[in-house]
Amino acid sequence: MTFGNWFALLVALVIAAEGVRALRHRAVRGEKWRRFFRLRTTSWGVGILTFMVVVAVAAPLIAPFGPNRQLDIVHLTNQRPSWTFLMGTDPLSRDVWSRIVYGARVSLGIGALGALVAVALGTLVGAIAGYYRRWIDAVLMRGVDVGLALPRIFILLMAVALWDGLPFAALVIAIGLTSWFGTSRLVRAEVLSLRQRDFVIAARALGAGSSRVILRHVLPNAAAPIIVSAALGVGNVLLLEAALSFLGIGVPPPDASWGNMIADGAPALYTAPWSTFFPGLAISLVVMSLNAVADGVRDAMNPREDGT
Amino acid sequence: MTGPPPVLLRVRDLKTYFVTEHGKGTARAVDDVSFDLYPGETLGIVGESGCGKTVTSLSILRLVPEPPGHILPGSLIEFEGRNLLALPAPELRAVRGNQIAMIFQEPMTSLNPVFTVGDQIAEAAIIHQHLSRRAARSRAIEMLRLVGIADPDVRVDDYPHQLSGGMRQRVMIAMALICHPKVLIADEPTTALDVTIQAQILELLDRLQHELGMAVLLITHDLGLVAGHADRVVVMYAGRVVETATTVALFEQPTHPYTEGLLAAVPRVDAPRARLHAIPGQVPAATAWPPGCRFHPRCPYAWEKCAAEEPPLLDIGDGAGHTARCWLVTEPERRVPKR
Repeated sequence: MTFGNWFALLVALVIAAEGVRALRHRAVRGEKWRRFFRLRTTSWGVGILTFMVVVAVAAPLIAPFGPNRQLDIVHLTNQRPSWTFLMGTDPLSRDVWSRIVYGARVSLGIGALGALVAVALGTLVGAIAGYYRRWIDAVLMRGVDVGLALPRIFILLMAVALWDGLPFAALVIAIGLTSWFGTSRLVRAEVLSLRQRDFVIAARALGAGSSRVILRHVLPNAAAPIIVSAALGVGNVLLLEAALSFLGIGVPPPDASWGNMIADGAPALYTAPWSTFFPGLAISLVVMSLNAVADGVRDAMNPREDGT
Repeated sequence: MTGPPPVLLRVRDLKTYFVTEHGKGTARAVDDVSFDLYPGETLGIVGESGCGKTVTSLSILRLVPEPPGHILPGSLIEFEGRNLLALPAPELRAVRGNQIAMIFQEPMTSLNPVFTVGDQIAEAAIIHQHLSRRAARSRAIEMLRLVGIADPDVRVDDYPHQLSGGMRQRVMIAMALICHPKVLIADEPTTALDVTIQAQILELLDRLQHELGMAVLLITHDLGLVAGHADRVVVMYAGRVVETATTVALFEQPTHPYTEGLLAAVPRVDAPRARLHAIPGQVPAATAWPPGCRFHPRCPYAWEKCAAEEPPLLDIGDGAGHTARCWLVTEPERRVPKR
């Protein structure tokens, strides 16, 4: 780690902390923001996520080595964590810290985009099925049953078999397209109960059309479970990507993702636990932070629950 | 054109049935209901819970949940000469909220909890009059002032949970009236409110009705409300109209035994009595209306004919269109209680 790397890391930390402070400052005035920050864990979640994103964006400044550079190509020694190798080196003698920093780009990117595709699709299908009922509901939900019944890894394996060496965008879409079934069921159930609520009937009595009723009156009231499912979805996609990488069909080597780092380090779990521990820690931190933020968003979206 | 004023809303032979689950049969919630609403008047629809009042009102705007409910072919709901039941969806939406508006019984649940009341009041104006957000907002403030909410420019940004029940019902009224509809359907507008607020809301409705010149369809189980606010009354029982009359005629000469029973059940200041009268029994299930006159199992005067044959709506012959669905109209000498 050079002085420049430490400085960049410090700047990233400061940006994350200041970001949280600035947002909390708004909470003094805005009611929504106050509800958002009602739980202390939400601040931590926002801070950690901001930090991760800043690190991912500024990867070249923060990583001391190239992520794919084998530092000791002759002996392939695992270095323990030290001031030079902050998180040690992996069985191929690459700096774990540098790979985590660069892997954040890949993992967070796949996680966010994959979950976005999945939740958008799941919400769309669930809302249509739940609102229109009748045959369209039956058709869509039987499709979802089929989707849930097929093992996801199996579908993805087939997809990968068709394309050799999946490009990033295709991987995101493939993951997104196989991850929306649960969300669509959840949204459908919410919509089914919301569509008979008095305020939805009142909105229809005012002359609101179906799309307006769905977008303004039904879905905003289902926002809490949708957002929670999105946050959990990012975690799931991260884990799915790890599993795919472990099977050798995810992010192609030598590019680093947190998932394939765990896969790469697994054979040396006893001799060099740091090469799996730190990417695992990164995944856990992101997933937990997302849950904390999801809680905050849920509180913010629900004006009835005033936690004062 | 001569004769009576043009009918604004004509309901004829309305039948709204619900298919119940598990094969318990069809619930005939509204069964052959007809009435007329004239411009500017207040028509009360009265009856116990389960008589089909609310389903009637929902049917007018085709808001009955389908499935399980459906309005049978042959029913007619004519608004200004157009059959609402045959209108394509976009034209129907142009009527809803714009020409015919509705307020609901429960102000607590009839407002969307995640939007400010201003947004919700403005919604109809944005839909029907294509106002900009800003213009709609100032209209919403105007409406809040009209329905008597203090500090309307502050309250417009409140969420429903920040308002009391009476204020929410005022907001509902503001929502319904922002487009100046010709018909307002008020389904038990005050049932969920306490008595002093009830009086305020009804006063407000009366005032707005005169200011805006709209017709009101007042749906209630409370005859006291009808006495004070309706011009004419339709009494419903078991999905049927059992008596129609002007309010004065109905109170002076209640003809159907059900109406009689309802009136006897109203507490009165001028006739102190120890106990209020109660109509024995309750409304039967809508899946199994009794044969013959649907009221005969609870009727104090019923005789064999009542169980065998259902009477049509018979004109009692006062020249004011007072009708009752009862054989007593043809055989008045039988009006002697059995018990």
